[in-house]
Amino acid sequence: MAPSVPLPPGFGHRIARTISRHSKLRLIALLTPPLGWLVLLYLGSLGVLLAAAFWHYDSDITFSITKTFSLENFQQLLADPTYRTIALRTIIIASLVTITDAIIAFPIAFAMSKMAGPRLKAVLGVAVLMPLWTSYLVKILAWRLILSAGGVLNGVLRPFHLSGPGFGDVAVYLVLAYIWLPYMILPLAAGFERVPNSLIEASSDLGARTWATFRRVVLPLVLPGLVAGSIFTFSLTLGDYIAVSQVSSTQFIGSVIYSNQGVSGDLPLAAAFAVVPVIVMLLYLGGARRLGAFEAL
Amino acid sequence: MTHRAVTLGVVMSGVAVLLAACGGSSVSGPSKGPTSIGKGEGALNIIVWAGYAEYGATDPTVNWVTPFQQQTGCKTNPKIAGTSDEMVSLMQTGQYDGVSASGNATLRLMVGGNVAPVNVDLIDNYKDINPALKDQPYNTYQGTHYGIPHGWGANLLMWRTDLVNPAPTSWGAVFDPNSPYKGKVTAYDDPIYIADAALYLKKTQPSLGITDVYELTQPQFTAAVNLLKQQRTVIGQYWSDYTKTQAAFANGDTLIGTTWQVITNLLLSNKPPTPVQAIVPSEGSTGWSDTWMVSSQAAHPNCMYMWMNYITSPKVQSQVAQWFGEAPANPKACAIISQTDSNFCTTYHVNDTQFLSSLALWKVPLKNCGDSRGNVCMSYQDWLTAWTDIKG
Repeated sequence: MAPSVPLPPGFGHRIARTISRHSKLRLIALLTPPLGWLVLLYLGSLGVLLAAAFWHYDSDITFSITKTFSLENFQQLLADPTYRTIALRTIIIASLVTITDAIIAFPIAFAMSKMAGPRLKAVLGVAVLMPLWTSYLVKILAWRLILSAGGVLNGVLRPFHLSGPGFGDVAVYLVLAYIWLPYMILPLAAGFERVPNSLIEASSDLGARTWATFRRVVLPLVLPGLVAGSIFTFSLTLGDYIAVSQVSSTQFIGSVIYSNQGVSGDLPLAAAFAVVPVIVMLLYLGGARRLGAFEAL
Repeated sequence: MTHRAVTLGVVMSGVAVLLAACGGSSVSGPSKGPTSIGKGEGALNIIVWAGYAEYGATDPTVNWVTPFQQQTGCKTNPKIAGTSDEMVSLMQTGQYDGVSASGNATLRLMVGGNVAPVNVDLIDNYKDINPALKDQPYNTYQGTHYGIPHGWGANLLMWRTDLVNPAPTSWGAVFDPNSPYKGKVTAYDDPIYIADAALYLKKTQPSLGITDVYELTQPQFTAAVNLLKQQRTVIGQYWSDYTKTQAAFANGDTLIGTTWQVITNLLLSNKPPTPVQAIVPSEGSTGWSDTWMVSSQAAHPNCMYMWMNYITSPKVQSQVAQWFGEAPANPKACAIISQTDSNFCTTYHVNDTQFLSSLALWKVPLKNCGDSRGNVCMSYQDWLTAWTDIKG
């Protein structure tokens, strides 16, 4: 008979022993809290949002929401061309921000993981992360100072008889492209880390020029990193309304959702419009999957 | 009042608050608020417009919150809201005792059950409030009082005197599609601004027959919306946050547009002062009258009643009015203000009932026009949708 454990065989002790003997139980105990969080709070609130999109809001007499099923919110969104314009504008700006960030991030990420020595790599890493230590709002307000009529940009351009774009769609594009850039660089740099140097060398040994090596060897291998980064930049731009409200007077999906809160209190319409970016992101992720972006994860 | 009556009052008001909290949107029944003000709860959380609850943080000499705390023992936490939307959203959390709400939000709060009926008899200073501000659609619903008037003012036309020539006299300056200040014009970013266009049309296109700028029939509404769509082409930035428009005027992003007196005052107190002037143009103006309201879920209703009485006393009214730049709801404040500023109450038309009645004070538009026209007016939702369309 094995020597008994000197602890009294309490209930907690028995549980601990059972868990340590059953690996499946261990996995369940490990995953239940985070999965519960994800399912209940994330998917749960998404479910409530979807349900709210079909409710009715009485804006005239009671200012209250009736929980009856109707498609009126979606009909209103489809019937009014303004909402289409706003959705389209948001998607276009999000795409432009993503493309711009990808183009800027590529050389930086490449230099970080393939060219820099350990010290320079650390410096570049800190330089990329540094803006993330600053408040999002401070960065936007700094851009207001840069772009305003008497601001820094116009001061620099004045000797050349030029003037900056001022506040508007271009300002939104500039500010968001700046703010989300680190979210593109970091996954892309991680992507480059996974490309073996030997493959690049082999490609050039086999006679491929720089461009061919880039297009046929490097690009397919860093695609997962690029897609991961683009999901960040694209979805963050789709949902932003604070930067938008500070540097432009035009409306984006987020600002319309926001303006339906408060006095108007039309949460059902806001919920219906919030479904648009959800659908766009689902299509985007579906496209990314077909490109094989998730196979290397 | 006997001790027992005070206790009863506290219990009654507690029950009233509980009932209101449980009932949610119920405004039925003859509830007229508590019958007495009980002992202070030691704390007060209020949602205010910037400048309504100063405690010396902005300017050490401007402080009427600290004396209130000393008098009542109610530790006051003012939460500044920048827009009416924000005020409604904050009130919906149920974590505040009261709010200084403007007329574009009050109906929403009253009908939505976020605020409780107020027993105006418990506010000693209520009898001195300007009668023209009492029993108005923006503070009374179906004969029940929901608040105490605080102060009122006009929406003004402001411009940079150094960069705008000649000085404008009409709202036409912001509705001109060929404005020389294209891209530097501003307007208030809120559906309620449609009323400003209607006010201009009321004078310039009498054939539309606009009587009430908040109760517009379809053709009147369409005309106002079209005017605003045309104005959109000359707008640089709309404003809703007063600090943002203040900065825009100061650095020249905005040269002309609608404003509040408090913003003009802040610009003139810049060092060096931003050269601006603000007027009520020849067509008259829209305006606002703010109301102190008690949350239906207030945790400190007694402190809120004490605050409402305190803030409407002549002395405090004189301080707020001078600091914020508005007409005090209690004209007795003028006797105190005139000791230091003899022109103030004339400038703000405090006792000029004709001026007050000429202002179109903010209220929430309803389908029911409130007159013989019946249910043919545009609802607030129509205003909101139209505002989204105007901004594009």
